[in-house]
Amino acid sequence: MNKIWFWVPIVAGFFALLPFVAGDFYVNLGSQMMIAAIFALSLNLLVGYGGLTSLGHAAFLGVAAYLSAWFTTRAGFGHGTAALLSIIGTTMCAALFGLIALRASGLGFLMITLALSQVLWGLAYRWVSVTNGDNGMAGLTRPMPFGISIESAASFYWFALIVTVAAFVLITVFVSSAFGVSLKGTRDQSRRMAALGFNVWMIRWITFIYAGFWGGIAGLIYVYYNKYIHPTSLSITSSAEGLLGVIAGGSGTLVGPIVGSVLVTFLKNYASSYIDRWNMLLGFVFMFIVIVMPDGIVPGIRRLAGRLKEPRK
Amino acid sequence: MTAQNDIYALEIVRLNKSFVGLPVTQDVSMTVRPGERRLLLGPNGAGKTTLFNQITGEILPNSGQIKLFGQDVTKLKPHQRAHLGLSRTYQIITLFQNDTLQHNVAFGLLGLMPARWNFFRPMSQHILVEARRVLGLVGLEHLADRPISEIAYGEKRRVEIAMALAQKPKVLLLDEPLAGLSSAERNTIKKLIADIPRETSLVMIEHDMDTALDLAETITLLHYGKVIIDGMRDAVIADERAREVYLGH
Repeated sequence: MNKIWFWVPIVAGFFALLPFVAGDFYVNLGSQMMIAAIFALSLNLLVGYGGLTSLGHAAFLGVAAYLSAWFTTRAGFGHGTAALLSIIGTTMCAALFGLIALRASGLGFLMITLALSQVLWGLAYRWVSVTNGDNGMAGLTRPMPFGISIESAASFYWFALIVTVAAFVLITVFVSSAFGVSLKGTRDQSRRMAALGFNVWMIRWITFIYAGFWGGIAGLIYVYYNKYIHPTSLSITSSAEGLLGVIAGGSGTLVGPIVGSVLVTFLKNYASSYIDRWNMLLGFVFMFIVIVMPDGIVPGIRRLAGRLKEPRK
Repeated sequence: MTAQNDIYALEIVRLNKSFVGLPVTQDVSMTVRPGERRLLLGPNGAGKTTLFNQITGEILPNSGQIKLFGQDVTKLKPHQRAHLGLSRTYQIITLFQNDTLQHNVAFGLLGLMPARWNFFRPMSQHILVEARRVLGLVGLEHLADRPISEIAYGEKRRVEIAMALAQKPKVLLLDEPLAGLSSAERNTIKKLIADIPRETSLVMIEHDMDTALDLAETITLLHYGKVIIDGMRDAVIADERAREVYLGH
C-alpha cells in the first residue's frame, strides 16, 4: 500500500515529461490513453473487484459526454455548471441502471448492462431533436479550469494526466478501504458474505454507482478532448474496448487497467495508421495475452519477475 | 430456571418448503433454548441442510415462521439475521481461498461492525489482532498469515468454526463440522465445540454418532422433511423409531 503512494508521484512526474520530448501527435495519443485509462479504472471496480462483468459501461461515458454537450450548447450553461450537472446526472443514471442490472449477477448482469447501454445508444441515434442523431453534436468547446486554457495538445495532456492521477488515487483508496475489502469478499464468496452480515446487494450497488461516477468523469474528459460526440461512443464497441483494456492489463489489479488501456489505445490509434486491419492485430495481441498471461499483463509480469527472483535466493 | 428461558433462542413454527412439488420441509417445528446443544439427525436427503438454509434466510420457506429470541425473522435477509446473532458454518468449505486465515476470520468480525461501510480507511489493526486471537482459540495462530489454499483440509474445518466464533453468535448452526476428518482431527474439533461458551446456543448436523451424541443434550430426528422424534438425548436414543430410521444401521 505505502509502496504505491511512493510510486504515484514518480510515475506521474515521468509521464508529465512527455510533451517535452514528443510531438503533438504523440501527446494527443497520450491524452487518449489517459481517457481510456480512467474509463478502464472505473470499469475495473465492477469487473475486477466486484466480479461483475459489465458490457455496458460506455453508457456512463456517453451520458456524461452528451449531457455536457447539451448543457453547454443548448442550455447555455457555463462549463463549470455543465460539468457538475453532467456528473450528477450520470451518477443518478448509474444508480438507476444499478437497480435494474443488479437483479442479476454473472451472465445475466452482463446482458442487462449491455441492453441498457444499447437503449441509450438507440436513443442517441433516434432522438435527433436533442442529440442531433447520426450527425453527432459538434462545435463544442473546452473549459478553462481555473482560468487556464487547455487548448494546446500539451496543456490538455497535463489536464488529463491530473484527472487520471486523481482517479487512480481515489479508486485505490476505495478498493483498499474496509468497504473495498468487503467488495472483494462479495466477489469471492457472496453467499458467505451475506451469512456473515454483509449486505451484498448494497455493496454492489454502491460500487456500481461509484464506477458510474468515474465512467462519467472519463466521458467529460473525452468530450473535452474531441469537442464532438457521436452515438458510437455509447456503442458496444466502446464498452468492449474498455473491458478489453481491463482484462488485458489484469482485472482486479490497481495498475492493470491503465496498462491495458494504454496498449489498446496504442494499437487502435498508432498501429492503425500502418496496418489497415488493426482490429486483427488487436485480436492477435489479445490472443497472445490470453494464452501467455491469462490473468493479464500486470499479474503475468509479476509472476515472471517472481520466477526470475526465485533461483537467486 | 430463570425468566430468560421463557424466550426461545430459536423457534421454528410449522415450517413448510417444497422444491418444484417435492416437499423437503414438512410442518417442521423445533425450539432451542438459550445455551441448548441440539443435534439435528436424519438420513441423507432428510432436509437438514435445507432447514439450516431456511433458518439463515438463504432459502425462504413456503409457509411457517422462524423466530430468533421471540422476534419473527421469517422475512428478513440473511445479513439482517446475522446482525441478530445468528451464525453458521458450511458442510462444504466456503472460505476465501486466496486470502490469509487472519483475513478470513477478519471477515467474520467486519461483517457485524459499522466499519464495514468505511470507504476511506483500510480494515483497522485491532480487527486483525482480534482475528489472530480467535485463530488462537482454534489452534491456528501460527498459520495466520498463510492463504487458505495452502492449508490442510482439517485446518480449513477449524477456520470455518473460527469465522463463526469470531462473531460471538447467540445461535450457531454447525453443518457437519466433522465431515471428512480423521479421528485425531475429530477429537480436536469435538473439544473446540465442547468449549463454545453457553452464551451460544448450538444446533448441529452431524453423522458421526460417537462424537455428536457426546455433545448433544437434545435431538431432533428428521426423515423425508418431517420431524419423527424430538426430545432429550437419551430418550431419543432409546426410541424404537430412531433405531429404525437412523441409528440402527
